Amino acid sequence: MAETAAAIPKSAPRARAAGPRLGPAAEVVCIVALALIASAILFSLFLLVIGASPITFFQLVWLGGFGTAFSFQNTLQRAAPLILTGLAFAIPARIGLTMIGAEGALVIGGFASAAIAIPLVTSGAPPVLTLAIMASAAMIAGGLWTALAGWLRHARGVNETISSLLLTYIAIAIMFFFVEGALRDPGSANRPSTLPIGRETMIGDIPGTSVHWGLLVGIALAGALWVLMSRTTFGFAARLTGGNPRAALAQGLPVGTLIVACAAIAGACAGLAGFFEVAAVHGQANAALVAGYGFTGILVAFLARQNPLAVVPVAILFGALAAAGGLVQRRMDLPDASVLVLQGIIFVVLLASETLYGRAKIFRPAEEGR
Amino acid sequence: MTALSAPAPAAPPAETAPRRAPSLEALGMTKVFGGLVALDDVSLAVPAGTVHALLGENGAGKSTLVKCIMGFYRQDRGDVLLDGTATAIRSPRDAQGAGIGMVYQHFTLVPSLTAAENLVVARADAPSVIDWAAEKAKLAEFMARMPFQVPLDIPVADLSAGEKQKLEILKLLALDQRFLILDEPTSVLTPDEADEVLGLLGAMARRGEFTVLMITHKFREVSAYADDVTVLRRGKRAGGGATAALSVEDMSRLMIGETTIRERAARAPVGEGTVLELAGLFADNPDGSRAFAEISLKVKGGEIVGIAGVSGNGQSALVEALAGQRPLADGRIFIRDEPFEPTRENYHKYKVFGLPEEPLKNAAVPRMSVAENIAFRSFDRPPIASLGWWLSPGPMREKARDLIARYRVKTPSPDTPIEHLSGGNVQRAILARELSGDVDVLVVANPCFGLDFASVSEIRSQILEARNRGAAVLLVSEDLDEILELADRVAVMSEGKIAYVAPVGETDRNTIGKHMAGHGAGHAAAGGQR
Repeated sequence: MAETAAAIPKSAPRARAAGPRLGPAAEVVCIVALALIASAILFSLFLLVIGASPITFFQLVWLGGFGTAFSFQNTLQRAAPLILTGLAFAIPARIGLTMIGAEGALVIGGFASAAIAIPLVTSGAPPVLTLAIMASAAMIAGGLWTALAGWLRHARGVNETISSLLLTYIAIAIMFFFVEGALRDPGSANRPSTLPIGRETMIGDIPGTSVHWGLLVGIALAGALWVLMSRTTFGFAARLTGGNPRAALAQGLPVGTLIVACAAIAGACAGLAGFFEVAAVHGQANAALVAGYGFTGILVAFLARQNPLAVVPVAILFGALAAAGGLVQRRMDLPDASVLVLQGIIFVVLLASETLYGRAKIFRPAEEGR
Repeated sequence: MTALSAPAPAAPPAETAPRRAPSLEALGMTKVFGGLVALDDVSLAVPAGTVHALLGENGAGKSTLVKCIMGFYRQDRGDVLLDGTATAIRSPRDAQGAGIGMVYQHFTLVPSLTAAENLVVARADAPSVIDWAAEKAKLAEFMARMPFQVPLDIPVADLSAGEKQKLEILKLLALDQRFLILDEPTSVLTPDEADEVLGLLGAMARRGEFTVLMITHKFREVSAYADDVTVLRRGKRAGGGATAALSVEDMSRLMIGETTIRERAARAPVGEGTVLELAGLFADNPDGSRAFAEISLKVKGGEIVGIAGVSGNGQSALVEALAGQRPLADGRIFIRDEPFEPTRENYHKYKVFGLPEEPLKNAAVPRMSVAENIAFRSFDRPPIASLGWWLSPGPMREKARDLIARYRVKTPSPDTPIEHLSGGNVQRAILARELSGDVDVLVVANPCFGLDFASVSEIRSQILEARNRGAAVLLVSEDLDEILELADRVAVMSEGKIAYVAPVGETDRNTIGKHMAGHGAGHAAAGGQR
């Protein structure tokens, strides 16, 4: 079509002379940064209304999240499960699923690992073997749990957002049913729990820190899943399916298998987070597993734009917010839920910022004509 | 054409004296979008009571001009004169006030309401509480003055395409709009329906009831029904005049300019053996209704079988079923006498390829890059994939570069998201993906919809070349001319069934048109719509 292009009269230039153009990655960074700044401004207004100083607040968040070695380790400690639950939202999102059931997969995974540990611990199995079996049980349980939502989606057309959310409540109920019943440790008087796996079995901290190994496992898994999604045929097929299911069908791809597999990977990630909560933090399964990590993971994945690598720094940011909650409460006399208000504002502003993509010309390649 | 012999309109009552047909002139219309001059100093004059055709390729500026007249856009320079007086039209509401109405390419009726309800709710001054008895009486009186009738009491969804088109026109007349702009008014009609509607419009215009400006790209309609024609090319007026003085060759030269059209390859003889066989295919719509039934066809190697039909008679469902996008309720597909299931392995084994309609919707992932989209067929095979699962972007980009050059896809880079490409370039990228290898079976659906001349010619040549190389081609198209040009045999689909099959040499446009309209002549509302 060189003839066509050459024949265009000079009075009809096809595109403005190319100015500086930025890529789509820059667009993501700019818009996310803008959303964060807008959220900070809105939250500052909220603080002013209730008579608190925004400046003090953000200073305290810095101090409580990153300010000292102690607070940074606290941040990383909280970031570990968020990385895993963030991945649990990000991976199915790449294939077009909005799965918000990471909380349920975390709970069922954590419970499964604590339950399977009981006979192992009482029979005196070696700790390494016990932990390996616990981790596998957690990933399998979590994976099957969300795979169910994926299968319902594919086979019966059930909305996966609703089903994964409802499965979360079922998962929590199942855990309480056993923890308060058949599997209750008689020693846990006030707080019904499973039998503790014991100090010697629990996963220790990364040497020289007070951060458990879940953080490094989460970072490694984020890297592995990034490779899976961008450098393997599975990831390519999943992205193709997520981008256009009709085109995927026309290419003869096994759409159902891909959907169930992505859902299962998500549940396995969340289940692993549950395993670390049990094996590294609580030592047993109880109500403390239901801490909202699954839901904050949605926010993490959103801010990371579903990119597994970006999930890591974003999870650390949210870990810092959570870590600073206590300090804010003590120093400013604010309820520690005020950090949740900030999280909520960020989420709403982020959703609103979705409409900004593709608007700014500077991020677009030169126009192609019509 | 019975409606033509309906009684001449009675003298209208004094208080509702309809306006007379106005004349319209557009002078020096110019519209610039960003850096693109979409409309460059275009003038046209439509005398009262005439039918004026606006001819041009996609992107020539036809719709921009019409949208300026309708007030959707403000022109940067230029004036619109109505009956010789400059009229400022700032919004579609102004246009309605000035008596300018438009019939869009796609229906704007509410399918679940009856024709009468549609006519009433279209009024800008429709009251909150509608006195239906009074309105119906008024409508009956209005319809009595009209030369063609549409049943008023059944839901619009049950009307045929021709009746809907007539109702769209009646809607404008009921609103007393006397300058009608029609955007490709016959694209959803059978040839007979098109002739009927255009014939009626021409007769009414000549009686001075209204003036018509009609966007089209069909030369046949321009020659037969328009008084004058204006041809646009790349935003400029390329020529025009009385249609009586212009031949089809003149118009086509004005329309496409000096662009060289690729020579069509000669036809190789049709092969011997049956390659693709559809044996008694049935499929349903998501709502449970039947989309198509008893589809049986055989396609030989080196043969193009064209499936003609009015949009929405089950053809798109058939294409979906062949592409694995819709399950079959019954029947079997055979390729070289072996049963075929639409899996990735089988697509590869039997060398089945497809060019679905609306490629961005059916064959591409808009957000993925051009290179990735071109790799859909080959991403899980060497050299792009090694070990069966490891993906190498290098070979993928290399292959894309090669195909982009060979198929002349205009893209800034192989990494550009394919959604940033123009329609013709998206279609060429898909063509490169589907036709660059060894093709045994090719399923094509409306491959040229909305593309410019050069692209259309290029794509048709490629399809013909695939046929000459021995591929069995099933071509589903709503464009009868395309089928008559390309196909060796034609099959007509009507109400979800194959109504007619004949070699192209032994049939003609009229016979095909009659079968497209179905035996009941109308009510072609079977499945297939989504």
